[in-house]
Amino acid sequence: MDRREFLKTLAAAGALVTVKSSGMMDVMASTMPATATASEGNADLAAIMNGEPAAMLQAAMKELGGIGRFINKGDKIVIKPNIGWDRTPELAGNTNPDLLVALIKMCQDAGAAEIKVFDHTCDNWTRCYDHSGIEAAVKKAGATMVYAHERSSYQQVDIPKGKALKSAEVHKAIVECDKWINVPVLKNHGGALMTCAMKNHMGIVWDRRAFHSRGLHQCIADICTYKPAVLHIVDAYRTVATNGPQGRSASDVVLTKALFASADIVAVDTAAGKFFTQINKNISFDDIEHIPDGQQLGLGTMDLESINVKRVRL
Amino acid sequence: MFRKIRIAVAIAVIAILTFGFIDFAGIIDNPLLQKIQFGPALLSLSIVTLVCLIAATLLLGRLYCSVICPLGIFQDFFNWLSKKFDKKKKYGYKTEQPWLRWGVLAVLVIAWICGFTFLTGLVEPYSAYGRMADELFRPVYLFGNNLLATIFEKFGNYSFFKVVISLKSITAFAVALLTLLVVGHISYHYGRTWCNAICPVGTLLGFFSRFSLLRIRIDKDKCNHCLACQRKCKAYCIDSKNQAIDYSRCVDCFDCIDACKQKALSFGPVKCSKAPNENQTDSVDESKRQFLKSTLVIAALAPAALEAKVTGKKDERVPMSPPGSISHRNLLQHCTACHLCVSKCPSHVLKPAGMEYGLGGIMQPVMKFDDGYCNYDCNLCSQVCPAGAIRPLTVEQKHSTQPGRVVFNKDICVVNVNRTSCGACAEHCPVQAIHMVPFEGGLTIPQTTPELCVGCGGCEYICPVKAVHIEGNPVHLEAKAPEQDNNIQTDNFDFGF
Repeated sequence: MDRREFLKTLAAAGALVTVKSSGMMDVMASTMPATATASEGNADLAAIMNGEPAAMLQAAMKELGGIGRFINKGDKIVIKPNIGWDRTPELAGNTNPDLLVALIKMCQDAGAAEIKVFDHTCDNWTRCYDHSGIEAAVKKAGATMVYAHERSSYQQVDIPKGKALKSAEVHKAIVECDKWINVPVLKNHGGALMTCAMKNHMGIVWDRRAFHSRGLHQCIADICTYKPAVLHIVDAYRTVATNGPQGRSASDVVLTKALFASADIVAVDTAAGKFFTQINKNISFDDIEHIPDGQQLGLGTMDLESINVKRVRL
Repeated sequence: MFRKIRIAVAIAVIAILTFGFIDFAGIIDNPLLQKIQFGPALLSLSIVTLVCLIAATLLLGRLYCSVICPLGIFQDFFNWLSKKFDKKKKYGYKTEQPWLRWGVLAVLVIAWICGFTFLTGLVEPYSAYGRMADELFRPVYLFGNNLLATIFEKFGNYSFFKVVISLKSITAFAVALLTLLVVGHISYHYGRTWCNAICPVGTLLGFFSRFSLLRIRIDKDKCNHCLACQRKCKAYCIDSKNQAIDYSRCVDCFDCIDACKQKALSFGPVKCSKAPNENQTDSVDESKRQFLKSTLVIAALAPAALEAKVTGKKDERVPMSPPGSISHRNLLQHCTACHLCVSKCPSHVLKPAGMEYGLGGIMQPVMKFDDGYCNYDCNLCSQVCPAGAIRPLTVEQKHSTQPGRVVFNKDICVVNVNRTSCGACAEHCPVQAIHMVPFEGGLTIPQTTPELCVGCGGCEYICPVKAVHIEGNPVHLEAKAPEQDNNIQTDNFDFGF
């Protein structure tokens, strides 16, 4: 076993453990050499407030022990933001482009061999890619913007752990990459009440309608088991508080200036959900079903007391 | 020299105009050349365009037919092609067929007044070309693009992207193909006969070009009756024997000028010694006037029965005309089915209609949500329409326009039938005309507020079982502005956990 292979195996194991349970993470991380400059104090979940997107990302990654804990030199990386709607960054229907640029830079510095960015949009994809400001920002940052509007970009995969969803057509970028990073934007959602890290997985599959006809919540939880992202970074710089997921106008958007990051998808959605329900008081956290669904599937924990949470105000 | 300039301008015009139809990437979002076409300008009563075009014709003759009309340039291409295969190709002189020309025009006017716009649009030259560009040339362009995209993708380059090639409507495809074959055949063998026998724009501009200030003149002293010009004339309008030219049919192609070895032909101001010719035109005028009078009488008497049929049927779904088209009637009055809106629609919502609007509205744009839904912030179709069939809407105006409204069928909704969560319709609704309300067992089910609906079809498109659909408004209504939710905290919040 050569050094690279050893590192890869270690990182993969680390990522898996992170998803399963976070208790072991510190032990794993402390055994990681070279790329992982980890210490006992690495957070499992970082919650940052009052900063600009790039600064909040820096702060969060510092708490989590650096991007090197999650990706390796030479990795083929996919960053999957939410670009679902034909909305400008001010309307917060999509992930903040500044945050993506900062994340791309971070991955480049960590030695990523290739960085691809895509989303299977709801609205017309060219308009989404364009008006979200994401295509231009990603290209400028030196990553590759991949399209996802055509069925030939997708590949049929099995989902052995799925309950309602046994197979799905997943975008080849996800299938073929070494690691992927999930970068959702926190929003209100008419059907799911809140959309965040788990719901963002709808954008990696081709046939959305199948999700809706087979039971949305279970399908979302199922697809999350396919190839878990190594890291979930929730953009809550601006939040669509009402009339989500699109928002009708700027009056639906609140400048919340927050960011949540964790390798635990359930924990990060729990944190974001609790944050969100203090902004939109019409929604009770207990009504957001897909989060407990995810916990039941073993995707992570809703018990934020049991993990190492770092809260930072910039 | 004139001929070379004419050819250069014509090539540039048809290239830009065609690109306006086939461009899928939004490089030319608002094509200008489409806006100066005579037919649509007449139907939309764009006075400025009409006055400019008629003034230009009074000054220069039917230069329009050679350098602006895409179908004219298209025919010149076939004509050029025919000469490549038959080097000895010759034309001759034929007398004008005023009854045919004006008869066709009269029939078209009557058809239009009766709401049978389909027929008018069928031969309106710009629209006929537009349909060919959209239905025939565009798929070829897309195919080429997809080939490039596939190759580039193999090398990890994503600068090109694939686009879906689909048959938008069999009728429109068949009509476009037939137009190509018929007009192509006629122009290949008989030059500009289409323009001088059938084309309504040719007939109308021909009326004005008789009086044009600048025209092709034959220098009677230099001319030796060699027939060279006559043989070159694809409009069959030079009578070399009598040294006369029928200016109502001359399309200013200037082929004759270059053909004349005696340099007897030139393009310049008219001289006063044209007395015999003018007598001729006067007599022709009489028959035309007679025709116009009689057609107007018939038209006035004919009831607009076709339109009544459209709105009369209650058992079928009412079709959706695009936002900005105001009503089915307005669309029927103005649209010549050039399919510019159809080709520009980024979401593939606008399709050429079959019988949705009745016989008269075949091929006019109708909204269908099989392949996509109307983008909330997109107003492209209203911006590009040259005929005033879809009036320009600002994005704000579009937000308050209701071309149709949502209908929900709870009996087949998956939430009700399968007892599973969904909410796809509400998610896609930009105005919350559908929102989810509590249902049995912690589920939520759609509830509609049709007054808010903007008819975008997002719900219909995404619904896995088509439990929601949009019913068209025959006359568009105003969408109510949604009320704002006030239970939001905009500052002073904490982490929350």
